Amino acid sequence: MIRASLQHLSSVIWLLVDTLHEMGDHIYFRRRLPFRLEHFVEQADRTGFGSVPLVGMVCFFLGLTMALLSGYVLKTFGQERLVPNLVAIAFARELGPLITGIMLAARMGAAFTAELGTMMVSEEVEAMEAMGIGPRRLLIGPRLLAIFLLMPCLVVVGDCAALLGGQIISKMVFDIRILAFAHQAVDSLELRDMVGGVIKSFMFGGIIGIVSCYKGLAVRGGAAGVGEATTSSVVTAITVVIGSDTLFNIVQTTIFS
Amino acid sequence: MPAAPPAKEPARPEPERGDEDARPAAELTDVYLSFGEKEILKGITFQVLPKERYVVMGKSGGGKSTLLRLILGILQPTKGSVQFNGVEVTRMGRHRLNRMRQKIGMVYQYSALISSLSVRGNLALPLEELTDKKAAEINAIVEEKLEMVGMIDSIDAMPAELSGGMRKRIGLARALVNDPELILYDEPSAGLDPVTSSTIDELMIELSEKIGTTSIIVTHEMDSAFRVATRMAMIYEGVIHAEGTPEQVRHCSDPVVRQFITGDTEGPLTEHVD
Repeated sequence: MIRASLQHLSSVIWLLVDTLHEMGDHIYFRRRLPFRLEHFVEQADRTGFGSVPLVGMVCFFLGLTMALLSGYVLKTFGQERLVPNLVAIAFARELGPLITGIMLAARMGAAFTAELGTMMVSEEVEAMEAMGIGPRRLLIGPRLLAIFLLMPCLVVVGDCAALLGGQIISKMVFDIRILAFAHQAVDSLELRDMVGGVIKSFMFGGIIGIVSCYKGLAVRGGAAGVGEATTSSVVTAITVVIGSDTLFNIVQTTIFS
Repeated sequence: MPAAPPAKEPARPEPERGDEDARPAAELTDVYLSFGEKEILKGITFQVLPKERYVVMGKSGGGKSTLLRLILGILQPTKGSVQFNGVEVTRMGRHRLNRMRQKIGMVYQYSALISSLSVRGNLALPLEELTDKKAAEINAIVEEKLEMVGMIDSIDAMPAELSGGMRKRIGLARALVNDPELILYDEPSAGLDPVTSSTIDELMIELSEKIGTTSIIVTHEMDSAFRVATRMAMIYEGVIHAEGTPEQVRHCSDPVVRQFITGDTEGPLTEHVD
């Protein structure tokens, strides 16, 4: 199992290097953007704008639940005024990037794998290769860049939605005023919380993008193969996102303590 | 060892002295290829001269389509040499390989049209990505190639809206957009009705005679093979078992070739199942 995992890891790294190499070649030899701008805009639109409702809604409900449950516990110590701090720090540092990562792995990772897998099965990817076009540059490039760049934006959306959920429930249950909640949440955040969250979101975006594209391009065996690869892509991306989150937290905590 | 080939000295077009066209368009020398434990090709050697229509026949799973992928540099042989226009394909870097591929057109068994692009988009893609041509020029080329295959009316259709035969013609038109020197056909008549199959065959002959391109056609449809070939070869047990003109192959007495041509269920082909 360890050997197979290492093999997959090296293949993923190789795919990334190969894609960057193909893109670099195109820029160097053809003096052009590695892929068409409209392809990037299309991917950015579906990855970013298209994911806002899902990420927003999930984070809103999670923020609401978190404020409610933590408020009940803190109330027993007379400390329910700390609810804004808790929600803000938890989402900025941890839950925002993590929940958004899981949502995007399920939504966009599955889509990327299924699309590329279907193209593999119908030999479309090979046809592009045979024409000398460079399928990795055209197919992986815009997808990877879109999810890498838009992940932090979605995390911000998720954080805001969570704070909104927390604000509403805090006002209703713990009588914390909306503006006071906002001020306290912002005041409680330190630069390292936000920087950590942003770094994580870029990292998770890259992981989801490359894992899902790798799984898509590794599809063999028709429709069943596409289904299998899509499931495997989502499972792998979520596991790797959570694993790398843990690793990042250990490193971050070690360095800053 | 397989039986002796039917034609030791196959009737190839005789190269004229001083004619640079006499250099083989494609040449495979002692090519071996394995996928894991399974050895697919066991020392394939053949050459295809310019303007030939070279048909490669053989049983399904015998490595016919693999040959086309070796010529395109999509697969690397375990051992041996693959040359296009006298240049070794196996040692090319990515940039040179991509430039070489622009001189080769590939027609896939199931067309392999990009499903998210219209017919126009499919044909324009290589021109947009690999040339500096302006949009109007690209459009003119796309229309010209679609006219050649009689599919101009479907220029704005999506691949999913087309029949198998139509898709095949579009695939052929796409293979022609870069004015290739060599066209590789992977099972061009497979899955088509006899009339459409004949139309595709005639199209292949017409294009080869009009434009003068070299063609390598992989098929196991015997009618189609005899119709289009100027020279043909049969792969059996990973090697070129027989090679010659259609007439030589048709009258060949080798039992393997005979069984393949006649489609008999009894004979050496069915005795040696891998």
